[in-house]
Amino acid sequence: MKAGRLKQILLLTDGCSNHGEDPIAVAALARNQGVTVNVIGVLDDRQNEKPQGLEEVESIAEAGGGVSQIVYQKSLSQTVQMVTRQAMTQTIQGVVNKELQEILGEGKSIEELPPATRSEVVEVVEDLGEACELEVLVLVDTSASMHHKLPTVKEALYDLSLSLNARTGSNQFSIYTFPDVKNTIRRVIKWTPELGEINGVFSKLSSGGYTPTGPALKEALYAFTEKPLFRGIQDGEDPYEETGF
Amino acid sequence: MKKQDFKLFPGTYLQGKWNGHKYKVIQKLGAGACGTVYLCQTFQGEKVALKVGNDSSRMMLEVNMLKKFSKVQGVKLGPAFVDVDDWKATSLKVFPFYVMEYIEGVPLSNFLRGKGKEWIGICTIQLLTDLEHLHKAGFVFGDLKTDNLLMSNSQVRWIDVGGVTAIGRAIKEYTEFYDRGYWGFGSRKAEPSYDLFAVTMIMLEMVHPNKFEKGAHPRRTLAAKLASSNDLKPYHSLIAGVWKGKFQSASEMKQALSYIVMKRAKGTPVSRKQMKAQKHSSEWGELLALSAVAGVFWGFSIFSFWI
Repeated sequence: MKAGRLKQILLLTDGCSNHGEDPIAVAALARNQGVTVNVIGVLDDRQNEKPQGLEEVESIAEAGGGVSQIVYQKSLSQTVQMVTRQAMTQTIQGVVNKELQEILGEGKSIEELPPATRSEVVEVVEDLGEACELEVLVLVDTSASMHHKLPTVKEALYDLSLSLNARTGSNQFSIYTFPDVKNTIRRVIKWTPELGEINGVFSKLSSGGYTPTGPALKEALYAFTEKPLFRGIQDGEDPYEETGF
Repeated sequence: MKKQDFKLFPGTYLQGKWNGHKYKVIQKLGAGACGTVYLCQTFQGEKVALKVGNDSSRMMLEVNMLKKFSKVQGVKLGPAFVDVDDWKATSLKVFPFYVMEYIEGVPLSNFLRGKGKEWIGICTIQLLTDLEHLHKAGFVFGDLKTDNLLMSNSQVRWIDVGGVTAIGRAIKEYTEFYDRGYWGFGSRKAEPSYDLFAVTMIMLEMVHPNKFEKGAHPRRTLAAKLASSNDLKPYHSLIAGVWKGKFQSASEMKQALSYIVMKRAKGTPVSRKQMKAQKHSSEWGELLALSAVAGVFWGFSIFSFWI
């Protein structure tokens, strides 16, 4: 197997969507288009109870074939990179499982292989995770309650780029925020291989009490398809696009 | 990340689905990121450590590392590998597990409690010796931290090799406190220098057992923590050197450290100075007492003169 390209949307939010279409449906659509959706719910460090509506976080990621986690601000950095890497492994494993089923028949997955064979397969999965190309579109909720968490978010994104750029495979990142009055989401960083200095990224903050998570996710998905590097999503339904031919 | 939905009680028997080996649970030893480790007994009565978890792929990667590093060039690095299998807990639930050598020992932090500060240097040299072998084999340890170290017969041993990564790849597991990326001291690429940074953090932890956070200026925080410890004084320039990237291999750092440790063993300048200071203060005391006696006599003679 050649190293391919993985596409992910990483949604950072702290509340429930209350505007527009259902984010869970949009996430399912994204998955269908070969884009994995990961969601991180960011809690205040002083918050002791999980606020209502954050169950949505898990449902969106599940529908989007990704990973979700609800965390306190202080562990955001480590969580962001962990969730991203875990989702990568999950996607690659999914593809490997599909191939295994073709070879070994229905119902066979990595977990069901005898240890000796499993040992070789997991090495292959790991090699692919190290070498594959990765595109991450970060979608940050900048509604009022998120404002004071944005410095931590910025730090976590820098940290994410630090982790991923240690890989052999190449990376592309872009950052969007929502809500935006005109276009639902606003691009603050266009596709770049590194999130080095992202000062002032969240300077223009949106206000207002609405959280259009669904429409924002959909716009993010469109943003993915508009990417010039990207070769048409129509035939790219496989979450794992092979490159290099 | 997923919660484990089982608990193994002492006395429970666990049998592998593929190899059929049976293990009797004696007690829980600890819980890690992807599983729980139990002290178990084999059919032959041998004590072993058994890790059972959920994530079969991750467990298998650990097994692969364990097999590779139980022995490198004849040197024992991690625990020896014993067995890998799946445990059918119920008809529906299967948990992957693996078995390794049980290393009896105490956590490094407990070991150092109440010990003289000379152990800082000695433990670090031991650690660097093992890293030397690992690096030569083309790997870095990755998630190097006190939780992953045991003192067994006055010798540092690694108990978790899950973070071991081939040189040149991305570090797959790390803990922020020991991670140079977190402190702004470099990348998360698996290079020998990545481990060396973690070694300096272990040294810092030996004198600041309550770890600290990076704050607004990570590098300044570290420098202040280093400067505030008297016990680390001899290693000050060594540690600062590692942070500056002065050492590219465990051997280089070990050499520099050995030089300091050996010098200190012979060294006397500090203590001689102390002795001198002590002498000074006692002389002062004598002088004071003498002048007091003289004063009393003088007063006495004046008094008698008046009379």
